[in-house]
Formats: sequence, C-alpha cells, structure tokens
Amino acid sequence: MFSRTRLLVGLQPRLVLNARPNAASAALVARRLISNTSCSHAEHDKHRHQHELSSGIDARTSHSSHILPAERDAYGNDVNPYRDGPSALDKAVHLFFFTEIIRGMWIVLENFFRPPYTIMYPFEKGPLSPRFRGEHALRRYPSGEERCIACKLCEAICPAQAITIESEARMDGSRKTTKYDIDMTKCIYCGFCQEACPVDAIVETQNQEFSVETREELLYNKEKLLANGDRAEAEIAANLHSDHVYR
Amino acid sequence: MASTLFRSLARTTRAAPKSRLLSRNLSSSSVLRQADPTLEEARKSGFDYHTVEDLHGMTAHEILAGPQEDTKMRHFTVNFGPQHPAAHGVLRMILELNGEEILRADPHIGLLHRGTEKLIEYKTYIQALPYFDRLDYVSMMTNELCYSLAVEKLLNIQVPDRAQWIRVLFGEITRILNHLMAVLTHVMDVGGLTPFLWGFEEREKLMEFYERVSGARLHAAYVRPGGVAFDLPHGLLDDIFKWATQFGSRIDEIEEVVTGNRIWKERTIGIGPVTAKQALDYSFSGVMLRGSGVPWDLRKVAPYDKYAEVEFDIPVGKNGDCYDRYLCRVQEMRESLRIIGQCLNKMPTGAIKVDDHKLVPPPRAMMKESMESLIHHFKIFSEGYSVPAGETYSAIEAPKGEMAVYLVSDGTNRPYRCSIRAPGFAHLAGSDFMMRRTYLVAVIPTYHIPL
Repeated sequence: MFSRTRLLVGLQPRLVLNARPNAASAALVARRLISNTSCSHAEHDKHRHQHELSSGIDARTSHSSHILPAERDAYGNDVNPYRDGPSALDKAVHLFFFTEIIRGMWIVLENFFRPPYTIMYPFEKGPLSPRFRGEHALRRYPSGEERCIACKLCEAICPAQAITIESEARMDGSRKTTKYDIDMTKCIYCGFCQEACPVDAIVETQNQEFSVETREELLYNKEKLLANGDRAEAEIAANLHSDHVYR
Repeated sequence: MASTLFRSLARTTRAAPKSRLLSRNLSSSSVLRQADPTLEEARKSGFDYHTVEDLHGMTAHEILAGPQEDTKMRHFTVNFGPQHPAAHGVLRMILELNGEEILRADPHIGLLHRGTEKLIEYKTYIQALPYFDRLDYVSMMTNELCYSLAVEKLLNIQVPDRAQWIRVLFGEITRILNHLMAVLTHVMDVGGLTPFLWGFEEREKLMEFYERVSGARLHAAYVRPGGVAFDLPHGLLDDIFKWATQFGSRIDEIEEVVTGNRIWKERTIGIGPVTAKQALDYSFSGVMLRGSGVPWDLRKVAPYDKYAEVEFDIPVGKNGDCYDRYLCRVQEMRESLRIIGQCLNKMPTGAIKVDDHKLVPPPRAMMKESMESLIHHFKIFSEGYSVPAGETYSAIEAPKGEMAVYLVSDGTNRPYRCSIRAPGFAHLAGSDFMMRRTYLVAVIPTYHIPL
C-alpha cells in the first residue's frame, strides 16, 4: 500500500501537466513525443524559403506564428488538441510496443554483425599520404654532403618561430649551418618550412611516432635531424617523387 | 489509503502551475520541487529559491529562516570547468544548481584565449593562416576559407574556378565533420554511445581525405589566400564519391536509432528553447538561428566561392529547442552531401592558384629553373606580400554559424588589425537563458560552443 501511494504521488503531477488546458504548445509537444515519423520535421519547404530568405525576418519574430490556430471553447480549452496528429490508436501502439526502440535496436544488431573497422594500432596502421607532415628531417645529397645552405627561409616563414639557425662559410667557400635547431614543442606542423626550402633540405617525414618522456628530447639539433634524414631517406625521396607533380 | 490519496491529489493540484521541465525525470535523485517565483512571491524564502539576484534585499535572518519542515538541501554553486569532461573543450561556467537542475548559468569567457588576434598582427599574411585552423578545431578549412576570402578581397584577386570548387567541396566535408561531432556528442551526452562510434568511423574517413589533400588530419593549412595549397591528388575524387554514396545510409542509420527514440525525444524536445526573437537579439547564427525558424544562411544570402552555382536547401526548424536543432544539423548533413555530389560532377580542370607569383609561390620546378621565380619564392617566404591599405569584413557560413574576419591593412606585409567573429562566442552569451531550469548535459552540446 505504501508503495502504491508513492507511485500515485509521483505520477499525479505529470498527468496533470499533460492534461493542462494550455492548448497548442502542449499538444504539439505531445504529438512530437509520441509520433514515430523518422525525419520529416526538418524537411524544408522550398517555396517558403524562397520568399523569406531575403527579408521578412520581422514577420517571423513572433515565435508561435507557425502553430495552426486552435479552436477553443468558451473556457479557452482546446476543442481538438489532436487535430493534425496521428490517431490515438497509432500512438498507443507505438507507445506500448516500443516500435521505434525495436527499430533502432535492429540497426544496432545489424551493425553488431558487420565486420569491425577497428585498426589494431601498434600492429596495424592506417595508410598515410605522401603529403603527410610528421617529424622533421634534414636531407643530404647522395654524395653525403648536407643539402641545407642556411638561407634561413624556413626560419623566416615558421609561424611558431620554432627554428633557429646559425651559419658560417666553410674553408671551401660553401655556406653551411653550424646550428640547426627545431623546438618540436613549438612546432605546429604547418609544413611551411618544407615548402619554403629551395633545396629540399628540411622535410617533414611520415614518422609520427616520436613521443619522448622529457621535454629536452624534443629540442632537436642538427645531428638529430640529419640522423632522421639518413634513416628515412629512401622513404622521403619516394614521397617527394610521387608528389612532385603537385608541388 | 483514501486520505493519503486525497492529500496527494490536493498537493498535485497545487503543484499544477509548476514548470513543465521539472516534471521530467532525467535523474533518479529526487529533485526539490521549486515554487514558481512569480506566483508564490510572498512565501519565498532563501531556501526555496536562491539565485544571487533573488537574495538581494533580503536580510540574513530572512535568508536563513526558511520553512523548517520540508527543506532538506540548499542550492549550491558549482564551478563547472574549465577542464570538465562534459564541457567538450575549454568551457567554464559558474552554475547554481538545485540537485542536477540549473538555476542560473554564468559563462566565463577567456579560457580559450590564446592571443590569436594580437599574434596575427605580428605575422605576415601567409604566416597567419595556420592560426585559423586552431580557432575552431572541428571545422578547420572553413576557418581558413574565411581568412583567405578576407585577404583576397583586400588584394582584389579572383581565385580560379577549380580552386573555388575545391574550397566548396572541402567546406562541405568540413561541415559534415563538424555536424557529426555536434550531433553525436549530443547523443552521447544524453545517453546513447553507439551512434557516436559509427559517426566517428565516418569522421575518420573524412579526416583521411583531409590528410591526403593537405598532409594533416586536422590542421590542414590547405586553403590559402589566392587558391589552395596543392592540387587534389589523383584518385581522391573517386574515393570521395565512393564515400559519399554510402554516407547517406549512415545518416539514415543514425537517424533510425536516434530521431524517433522516445528517450532522446524526451530529453531534447522543449529543452534549451530559443525563440526567433531571442536568437536575433543575441546575434545567434547558423543552426542556433535556423533552428528557431529564421531562414538565414550566408551561403544563400551572400554566396561566396561557388555556392551560387550549387543547388541546396536550408533546413529550418520550428520550435528552437534542442530537438529541432538536431534535426536541422542532420538535414544539413544531407544537404552537404548533395553539394559534395555536385562538386564532384562539376569539378573543372585548370589552375588551383592565381597566376600572380608575387602572391602565391611559383611551382617548385619553376623555382629551381628560373631566376625570377626563385626571387619570387624568396620574397614570398621571407617578407611576404604587401596588401593594399583598406579594410574588409568578410563572413562565411561556418558549420557553427557566421564566421567572419575583419581585416584592416595599412599597406604593409602584416595585417594592421585582424578581428575574428567566432560564432560560438555569441552563442555562449545565450547559455543562461537557455539553461535555466534544465539540465546541463542536455543543452551544452547543442550549441557546440568552445570553438
């Protein structure tokens, strides 16, 4: 008996609220709560849109203008709150037989039997395009001479100012860097440095797995960058070649 | 038995004018029933209702001496965010809660402030571009597009056809990326995790297209002033077509599970209502405005790029609640799919950048052979180009609403001022009136702020 009383107390306000004489909006909400038509609400009415896109916003500011005029009796109660909705039987069937839930669950069940799209990451990897912008590398010529001529275009274009270059002329007269540092914690991987480089020296490789445990390890110097280049030279050259028509 | 029944009936008739939202049972914890402040002004005490405004003019004695018999819990103030997992980004709000129900929300701005506008004043025009990727990190290319259009307007250049079509194509891919995120995190927040995972599979495919065209999955830096950075790689359009043919049925699946679902409906219909007047007053845009029944879309009203040549419709909601906004977003995804199909069919051949090598760098092969091109190359990547003095406000329809850049140039190679109108900023201002008397998770994702 106690539980039943509680149930009544819990249910009553909701029932009263649903039967509130406050007409149109309640009816609308009720209809939308129960009806099971899938996606027709947002479908667009072409003619209305053509007229009102350019002007007529003021006319629409009265928010309830779209609700059909309700017929009311002498006390202001709505005579027929269900005038444009489905029949009570329809709604009852949907309500008590959980039609939309079952339809949704059927989709879920279908997906359950589809092949999984999971990529088992450390063992499987998704494909990467030749344009991928990952860890930086400095390249060498086939002779073993480093390509970078210290023109400092990459330093100039870098939006994050992550690159620092110092240079001097060598004994043979060629200009090379003495210091080429990239602060990988600042780098935003925009790829501007490799676009700027006139000799294809600084490139962004496809390597994206270079996480480290300390910040200092991400302050790359010239040795580290050249080592990256030496390790991945074949891959870098292949990528540059496959993408050269677009650049 | 009869007496308890009578008593409960009597109590419920008294409770009739209470807010409709209160009667919903989102949480299992019993919510303190609130008196309607307008009707029961006389009997109100601090225990009934205490947003800070309501406590003004009350003495401490009045505040503390509430009705002793049925009060169990005071409202409390919670600092929601800035790093709350439900905030979807960096959002900070001071919430006054009654249980789980929000009495007052006070959004605080500034936690996503990274000084972007000021930084841009110290960058050349091309260097400023990657900053726009990072403004709204779920709709990257539309941000870039917005900035590029502003610079192009100042430079007074016309982008080649193919570049414009590529921009439209990727703009719509971005829109789908964004709406998938918006809709499915909303569904996830109100309790449905499954469609979220399906949607993220699609997002993954789309970001793969991003990666193939630009080299980065998120921060593309692809749309540049004067065109786009690189041409589409061979075979990309075929793959986009294959993706587009199956994506419609993915939307159907999501809708089949979500749209009709009674739990979803109960938790979104009537929640977070925005009237058309409010939306206009608060300068809402995008879905927040269209969901309230105002058919306003910059792609139709002031077409940029090739939007004048594609055919699409603008979905408009009726009631301005979360459910209508959800429907608008889903329908917009279908419209985007239509636009993508038209882009694929109409994609012309030709140049993807303007022909002026003082503005866009020359192709690499040319740069390595011709001295003049090399000089252009060096000039562009060191000094940049100078933009004629002037100012422009150029706006586009970003997935979240009107995204605009107000750019002032003083004739040098750096912007004198770059002011960014982000759509979410205006939407954040409406969080108080949208959230009052409702629940947090039901509203937050619907306007998809942080960004």
